Amino acid sequence: MAEVLVYVDHVDGAVRKPTLELLTLARRLGEPVAVALGAGAEATAATLAEHGAVKVLTADAPEFADYLVVPKVDALQAAYDAVSPVAVLVPSSAEGKEIAARLAVRVESGIITDAIDLEAGDEGPVATQSVFAAAFTTKSRISKGTPVITVKPNSAPVEAAPAAGAVEALAVSFSAQATGTKVTARTPRESTGRPELTEAAIVVSGGRGVNGAENFAIIEALADSLGAAVGASRAAVDAGWYPHSNQVGQTGKSVSPQLYIASGISGAIQHRAGMQTSKTIVAVNKDAEAPIFDLVDYGVVGDLFEVVPQLTEEVKARKG
Amino acid sequence: MSLRIVVCVKYVPDATGDRHFAEDLTVDRDDVDGLLSELDEYAVEQALQIKEAADGEAEITVLTVGPEDAKDALRKALSMGADKAVHVEDDDLHGTDVMGTSLVLAKAVEKTGYDLVIAGMASTDGTMGVLPAILAERLGVPQVTLLSEVSVADGVVKGRRDGDTASEQLEASLPAVVSVTDQSGEARYPSFKGIMAAKKKPVESLDLDDLDIDAEEVGLEGAWTKVDSAAERPARTAGTIVKDEGEGGKQLAEFLAGQKFI
Repeated sequence: MAEVLVYVDHVDGAVRKPTLELLTLARRLGEPVAVALGAGAEATAATLAEHGAVKVLTADAPEFADYLVVPKVDALQAAYDAVSPVAVLVPSSAEGKEIAARLAVRVESGIITDAIDLEAGDEGPVATQSVFAAAFTTKSRISKGTPVITVKPNSAPVEAAPAAGAVEALAVSFSAQATGTKVTARTPRESTGRPELTEAAIVVSGGRGVNGAENFAIIEALADSLGAAVGASRAAVDAGWYPHSNQVGQTGKSVSPQLYIASGISGAIQHRAGMQTSKTIVAVNKDAEAPIFDLVDYGVVGDLFEVVPQLTEEVKARKG
Repeated sequence: MSLRIVVCVKYVPDATGDRHFAEDLTVDRDDVDGLLSELDEYAVEQALQIKEAADGEAEITVLTVGPEDAKDALRKALSMGADKAVHVEDDDLHGTDVMGTSLVLAKAVEKTGYDLVIAGMASTDGTMGVLPAILAERLGVPQVTLLSEVSVADGVVKGRRDGDTASEQLEASLPAVVSVTDQSGEARYPSFKGIMAAKKKPVESLDLDDLDIDAEEVGLEGAWTKVDSAAERPARTAGTIVKDEGEGGKQLAEFLAGQKFI
């Protein structure tokens, strides 16, 4: 059966959820062969096998951590040469997209980024994308070379599908470019204990109406009651009330959770570009004319300082 | 030796307009006004700051690939302070995808001569965010991408990249390709003087022949990806909207419980 290369996003051996979603999609196209690189690569094997990887190719070397992107491209290319896959799937993180793009150039293939669905077609995989601030849905395929496709988080269910997951060491010889960009220091992002924004099933966001950094505690309390990630509009980020890493929108992160709760966000096109594909959208805003209300499944016209804490209390009470 | 900076910019349909696809499933550019992609303004700004830090010992060329109207994007960058512009324009470029565009940019950058290429983190229309990495791959030079801070001194570019799990300090020798995020620093507004000066700055036009690129390598026919369909998303059915009269939070909780979120 045809083999599909799946690039594994993991942190010290802990596989991140978007990779498990990729394995679900990869099984529609063929047999998933996972590629795990860096510290903890071998530790990913059990999880990957449980979710359908027939094989796990691993490599570790100091280059993966000490230099930017290219060593990982060299390794993925080595896996590509070893396997001759019918497609290469990579999670749509910032780094994932760069790795996929450089591989596509090297193997002379087209690339599709940020797919939200994937199916087998007569002429190779067909990718669904959501474009122009989710106003359009397109279906595309690669017309030259082996399809290289990056897939957005929350695009497929995580399903158990036990497979062999045999670990094989991948031989990698690094290119001259591999050591071009040195990582001279790395500061891990402090964990908030909340889910990662782009991967979260529920996102609770605050905007201009939150009116101050200290008031974001109200948004965080609601998020914590729901086990959600916290997002912020550009207005809130530009005002310095919340970190840029949490910005949802055209110049921030694009999210597609099961539930998106917008508080004090008017819904400018730039914000909508980043959240419009959310499955269920809820908003709380004082202004009944705010464009966000055009998108909602349920909206409350009211003061977020009244409505949000009441909602938080109610969620806590119901969850007991 | 003066630092040669090339800034790659894109002319995009205004995101606040009603964007559509044309019959051939390329972006319909006639329906919506175009402008310099907002994310590329940050690239122009960083080029200007690098030049200022080098006491003016740098020359900034702004480069775009696009139709006649794309000159507007070049003019904007020139009015911000870039020194000259290169416009790659050719009828055969219609429908070119990222692989083709990166090929054209790589050849144009090489023809122009460069020590540093700077781009925005992504375009605001395609939003792929891969072009700077591809350009570095094609040029065979280091990529120093997604920087929220950037500086250049003594032939070395340094910057900070804020990722999902960590913030990294990066360093590479020139020549290199850099991309910057919207956190790199507010882009300046062109002054009246800048707008007037821009009119006199040189804009060089290049076509595919000038870059030794065959028409088959670019355009819709030469694209590496094919869009089979583009469907307008159906309008969302009108949601329930209630006015808070003291019970708004509870009503919302009731809705969320009904949807099994609680």
